[in-house]
Amino acid sequence: MFKYIMKRLFLMIPVIVGISFILFLIMDLTPGDPARAILGDYATQEQIAALREEMGLNDNFFVRYFRYAVNAVQGDFGKSYRTSVPVVEEIYARFPATLQVAFQAIMLSILLGVPIGVVSAVRQYSAIDIVSIATALIFTSIPAFWFGLMLILLFSLKLGWLPAVGADSWKHFIMPSVTLAAAQLATTIRMTRSTMLEVIRQDYIRTAMAKGATRRCVIFKHALRNALLPVVTVLGIGFGNLLGGALIVESVFGISGLGTLMVNSVKSKDAPMLVASVMFAALVGSLVNLGVDVLYTYIDPRVKIQYLRRAKS
Amino acid sequence: MKTTDSKNGLLKIENLQVEYITDDARVFAVNGLNLEIEKGETLGLVGETGAGKTTTALSVMRLLPPKVGRVIGGSILLDGIDIIHAGEADMRALRGSLVSMIFQDPMTSLNPVLTIGDQIAEVLIFHDRYNNRTDVNRRVDEILRLVGLSPERKNEYPHQFSGGMKQRVVIAIALACEPKLLLADEPTTALDVTIQAQVLEMMKELQEKLHTAVILITHDLGVVAQTCNRVAIMYAGEIIETGTVDRIFHAKRHHPYTEGLFGSIPDLTKKTRRLNPIDGLMPDPSNLPAGCKFHTRCPKCIDICRTIHPRSSVRDGHSIRCHLEGEGGVPVAGETAGGEQT
Ligand SMILES: Nc1ncnc2c1ncn2[C@@H]1O[C@H](COP(=O)(O)OP(=O)(O)O)[C@@H](O)[C@H]1O
Ligand SMILES: [Mg+2]
Repeated sequence: MFKYIMKRLFLMIPVIVGISFILFLIMDLTPGDPARAILGDYATQEQIAALREEMGLNDNFFVRYFRYAVNAVQGDFGKSYRTSVPVVEEIYARFPATLQVAFQAIMLSILLGVPIGVVSAVRQYSAIDIVSIATALIFTSIPAFWFGLMLILLFSLKLGWLPAVGADSWKHFIMPSVTLAAAQLATTIRMTRSTMLEVIRQDYIRTAMAKGATRRCVIFKHALRNALLPVVTVLGIGFGNLLGGALIVESVFGISGLGTLMVNSVKSKDAPMLVASVMFAALVGSLVNLGVDVLYTYIDPRVKIQYLRRAKS
Repeated sequence: MKTTDSKNGLLKIENLQVEYITDDARVFAVNGLNLEIEKGETLGLVGETGAGKTTTALSVMRLLPPKVGRVIGGSILLDGIDIIHAGEADMRALRGSLVSMIFQDPMTSLNPVLTIGDQIAEVLIFHDRYNNRTDVNRRVDEILRLVGLSPERKNEYPHQFSGGMKQRVVIAIALACEPKLLLADEPTTALDVTIQAQVLEMMKELQEKLHTAVILITHDLGVVAQTCNRVAIMYAGEIIETGTVDRIFHAKRHHPYTEGLFGSIPDLTKKTRRLNPIDGLMPDPSNLPAGCKFHTRCPKCIDICRTIHPRSSVRDGHSIRCHLEGEGGVPVAGETAGGEQT
């Protein structure tokens, strides 16, 4: 298993390199001069030319990328063009808020979605089932920004229970997490329900019942563990989506997280900041995927064998 | 046929009627089935696919698919317990301990995410057979050895075993609590021919050792001849002929369906002892014919067969449900003509 994990970590390197290269290229192709952006509108041509020389902007694209890569490997991702703060510091300062919202959203969708999905499947076509499918359908279709705004209207403006913007206390995180969780919750409910329905019909469930198992034991020990595999997959993919979705939610709720950082970097053509933050997000996404894959092996022994075999070859 | 209060009686099914309600039809799967089995006895239940064999076994376990399948009439008495009216908790206590069932396909009968040791231990734990985990584990080892598997493999998962070995595990689970009755639903059909013989041999040994009564659902008349005491032949949800193996294979008179199955002369020495295909199809169980359900395919069909459902006539414990047997046979008292509901 250790070998497998190491191999997967190793494979992340080309992914990160590829992402950084493409980003670097895109930033290079978009119009605009970083030196001018840094110095502002009142800088003279000479000042700009001097800074360009100093930053090495006149070099060939590949030379610049290579220089960036060498520095990056040593942990130096450059300074923000806009604020001159080292980008790593900025990312570290911003990431916790994003992570907190994403983590709470995923927890919310697991803790609510899996039980609701199970009950829905076990009581197929009951009132509970119909209500939960309908809810899931609605949550899938509502855009996050609209849902967030509605929450603000209701809970901040009308009822005055929760603060509308900011990230200062746990109260600030409730609505963003709920907003971000909505779509994920819907997916989790639907996925849990459909896999449970499939698993319940399997022969081994009948075998378990023929052994005298209680209903509870059949559902939780025999069925749920088998149904969990696809659900975990969806949650793994979902976590990546959540990091992306954080962008919208952060804008709506005025949280200064990774999402807003990326948007601002694009707007101000802050290449070092953008490249580093996207690379960071990609890294987190890959790590979550790896975590999910490792989790599989604990849920399904057949997967473990496959992985071990693949890792060897 | 024996009477109900026979000391050795274990299972008595009377006039059992089971239907499945699907989106487009009511399927009359079992129509007035009568069946008795004594302690320690092996009964072969033979019939074409769709005859209602599995449904009968599931009714005894009370594991018919919920909402779709239900018993609409008759009674099932197992060791004096009224299965149809028993509470759910009582049924749970019975399943796996008094009566076990082996399902047709061993490949899908075991839970892929639990070790086989766990799956065997579970049935012992459900029925509180042992007070502590050590004793449970000891019993798991013992039962694995009994079915010819090494106890060392108990921490492995089903996908690490072959089909035949899986079926051994399934048998181990079924017999772990030494049930009085085992319902084996085509336990070897899904296995290779060579493995089939081994598994059957092992089942027979275990059955003799544990004095378990077995209802062996099978297509293989050779298996019936080798392992069963009695045979019941099922057609469209009822037993149309039953008797000792000796009788069924050697008596002169048979139900025309049985004759068809045996290819007129049962020849035990022949290699192919599979059921003979009979012309025509079994009637659609959602639209059964009036009268004798076999009359649509019966070469000996007479007028009465088309309108009146025949009763069973019994001679020396050999019962045949056919109008042609009427004269000389003794109609079974109190038996109703089942399956004529619409
Ligand atoms: N879950 C079900 N829903 C609807 N019909 C069913 C179901 N299970 C079995 N049947 C029908 O009931 C009849 C008897 O089936 P079954 O007991 O499985 O027969 P056998 O085991 O003898 O092949 C068949 O016509 C079959 O199509
Ligand atoms: Mg069957």
